[in-house]
Amino acid sequence: MNLFSFVRKPRPTQTAQTAKDRLQILLAHERSSGTAEADYLPMLQRDIIAAIRKYVPIGEQDVDVRMERGDQMSSLEINIELHGAAPPRKPV
Amino acid sequence: MTTEAKKDAPLGRVIVITSGKGGVGKTTSSAAISAGLAKQGFKTVVIDFDVGLRNLDMIMGCERRVVFDFINVIQGDAKLKQALIKDKRLETLFILPTSQTRDKDALTKEGVEQILAELKAEFDYIVCDSPAGIERGAQMAMYYADEAVVVTNPEVSSVRDSDRVLGLLSSQTKRAETEGAEPIKAQVLLTRYDQARVDSGEMMTVEDVLEILAVPLLGVIPESKAILKASNVGTPVVLDEPSAASRAYEDAVSRLTGTQVEMRIQGERRPGLFQRLFKRAS
Repeated sequence: MNLFSFVRKPRPTQTAQTAKDRLQILLAHERSSGTAEADYLPMLQRDIIAAIRKYVPIGEQDVDVRMERGDQMSSLEINIELHGAAPPRKPV
Repeated sequence: MTTEAKKDAPLGRVIVITSGKGGVGKTTSSAAISAGLAKQGFKTVVIDFDVGLRNLDMIMGCERRVVFDFINVIQGDAKLKQALIKDKRLETLFILPTSQTRDKDALTKEGVEQILAELKAEFDYIVCDSPAGIERGAQMAMYYADEAVVVTNPEVSSVRDSDRVLGLLSSQTKRAETEGAEPIKAQVLLTRYDQARVDSGEMMTVEDVLEILAVPLLGVIPESKAILKASNVGTPVVLDEPSAASRAYEDAVSRLTGTQVEMRIQGERRPGLFQRLFKRAS
């Protein structure tokens, strides 16, 4: 605390609107599909790993599944990391 | 103040005070609402459903008079009349404390139903103080309710939990399961409301919370020093000296009994400039 800290009024932080927006988005999801909604993500991750392993060797940690919930739409992002260099291209 | 019991047949309304989240003011509100109802002349009993974590007795100031409890009655070890504690301030008010040593499994649907049936024959209002969470204790407290007061703070986790509880009230209760029954009348009681923080945009407004939860508003209880003071001495806030909080609870109680009362949001009187300067200097 410095000498002038009581003179400078702290700027009000308008966080109430953020709270309301976050709640509205979250509850819209929870109400529509219950709380079990995200339960399929671990299973999905397992299935994806199993499917890819049929063709390429990958580890448990190489698949990253993320869900981004939005107001209008949600997106599912799946990142699969493949190890090793790309196979050499056949000369044309 | 009318404290004489009304002579007609008892109303027998079961009201659950619930919230999901802990620490939002369920027990404080249960004590204030039941005392407020009794003060208006309604014969009222308030039941503590928080088995194992007894606290209503302290807030009501009768902790040294507990002999038998709710669980003793359910298990047939005591008669209901023996377990009911008569309030020393209002003769229309009774407290049914819970057990401090048993766990929530001691609550059975049949046991609760039987006790409520007995109480309905004698009381106008049966106020059920729910434990936090959505486990057995909370389920039992809400199962037989006719009305629900969902205590909510203007804060994200509390609002989210209230939404969840509203979902349970409309699906996991006797009224919800009974074909053709009128659904539980659920209303929000917004507590710890701080008008100054709302004005500066730090706290969600009454309208924000109602828009999200989409249920009627029973009342707005301002953040108030009177609450802690009343609980320190074991007096329901409406029986303590008048404060913004006690007035807000009394308004909420009137609305609960069907009286139209204008919604006024009153904060505690903020200290004036001189008072603040004086405080800083001291």
